[in-house]
Amino acid sequence: MGDGGGSAEEVRRALAGAVAEQRLRIVASLIRTTGDWDLAEDAVSDAAERALLTWPRDGIPDNPAAWLTATARRRAIDVLRRAAVERGKLADLAATEPPTDDAGSDDMLPMTDDRLRLIFTCCHPALSLEARVALTLKVVSALPTDAIARAFLTSEATMSQRLLRAKRKIAHARVPYRVPSDELLPERLEGVLAVLYLVFAEGYATTSRTLADEAIRLGRLLVELMPDSDESRALLALMLLQHSRRDAREVAGELVTLEQQDRTRWDRDAIDAGLALLSSRSGDRGAYAVQADIAAVHATATAAEETRWSEIVALYDELLALAPSPVVALNRSIAVGMSDGALAGLAALDAVAEDPRLADHHLVAAARGDLLARAGLPDEALVAIQRAIELAPTAAERHQLEILAGDLHP
Amino acid sequence: MKYMMLVVADPDARDEPQDPAVDDVEDWVDKHDASGRRVMGERLRPPESATTVRRRDGKLLVTDGPFAESREWIAGFDILDCADLDEAIAVAAAHPMSAGGTLELRPFWPFDES
Repeated sequence: MGDGGGSAEEVRRALAGAVAEQRLRIVASLIRTTGDWDLAEDAVSDAAERALLTWPRDGIPDNPAAWLTATARRRAIDVLRRAAVERGKLADLAATEPPTDDAGSDDMLPMTDDRLRLIFTCCHPALSLEARVALTLKVVSALPTDAIARAFLTSEATMSQRLLRAKRKIAHARVPYRVPSDELLPERLEGVLAVLYLVFAEGYATTSRTLADEAIRLGRLLVELMPDSDESRALLALMLLQHSRRDAREVAGELVTLEQQDRTRWDRDAIDAGLALLSSRSGDRGAYAVQADIAAVHATATAAEETRWSEIVALYDELLALAPSPVVALNRSIAVGMSDGALAGLAALDAVAEDPRLADHHLVAAARGDLLARAGLPDEALVAIQRAIELAPTAAERHQLEILAGDLHP
Repeated sequence: MKYMMLVVADPDARDEPQDPAVDDVEDWVDKHDASGRRVMGERLRPPESATTVRRRDGKLLVTDGPFAESREWIAGFDILDCADLDEAIAVAAAHPMSAGGTLELRPFWPFDES
């Protein structure tokens, strides 16, 4: 213990540091040793509350993080002992021996970090996608339930229920607390990456920095825990490169297109970090890597006119071969328009628009309008944009398109 | 952990190619009986042979047919005894009906648990 009491400010800072450093490790380790998710989360909260009471009086411990870990573990053991005594089941006490750092003897990977076990369990395919997202944000990221509910436009009660059901399913169906075997790993990792990218995309669509920042933080954690995973690094790179445009992308509440963004407002540090991640990979590229490469071409173009569009078209071709999707095909046709001229783009777009999934899609009409305007056909462009306005699902997108229509007929 | 694996026949789903060498239920039974992961299991006669029994307002209602009309029907079941859900998923995935039908894994609910 340090000498005397800590000032309120010192205590707050030391506690925040200890929580940031240790909370996830403590929670992940307590879930493994007790199998009780709520107990694990509550034990850390209780330990933090205890710190707020005792540190001002007794002084900030020399190692606040170690204090927090020890206190949370003691707290969890106390709760388990009391529950065992209440039920008169002394046998349960065997399960309440102080948790140790080594994994269970039946575990195939004794050196595995518990945080990685936690991430894979939160993203287990036996849980619904929305439950995976909610659980990851609550237990791994420690976002409050009401904040997660707001981000996903639902009530706190609904979100609490979702979390409760997910934890119950894990316990009742015995979803293992484990990093999947080598055989299952690629498929399960893909599931984890999908959850992270969904959180990021939700943040991107709603321009919620909390979600986008959180997705990047989770991506960094995953890269730290799985340094050999190229796809994890690629996803983190992709998120960093897209997020680097955040200050240029939204100005005074209005979305600004990539072409018109003030590139001096792009976050150079995020771009450099993203490019560095991409340069350190080996082996085959997956879909996230190709998307990151596309983002990298944009990020390294000093001006919109300098964009190496033919490179982007080639990358879209690669992406289509890896993960065929009508939206990717649509984006490719826009890139063709930029690379080979608007008429070539329109021809590519016509081929794409035959896909029934894109029939009456506002993005097709918007792309057509954009290409027609670039081809020097403002009247035809206006018709297409007006069609896109009719089809656009959100007010924000309609607003965007109306601005575009206004530019065509000043 | 014990799981009831319901084998659900889906007449609409027969996309997966059948390979007699792989999709032999006898092999699956032998293998998982030997490993101890399959406790027991049975085929069930089709829904036409089902009888539904209900007590309502003190009266016993016995009717012909399954409790829910649907195109999918339970063709059989197996009781699995597995270390965890991942193991049960692996056993279910190896069952030939995972290709042509649907397998539903339901954990047992012990009587002493609420």
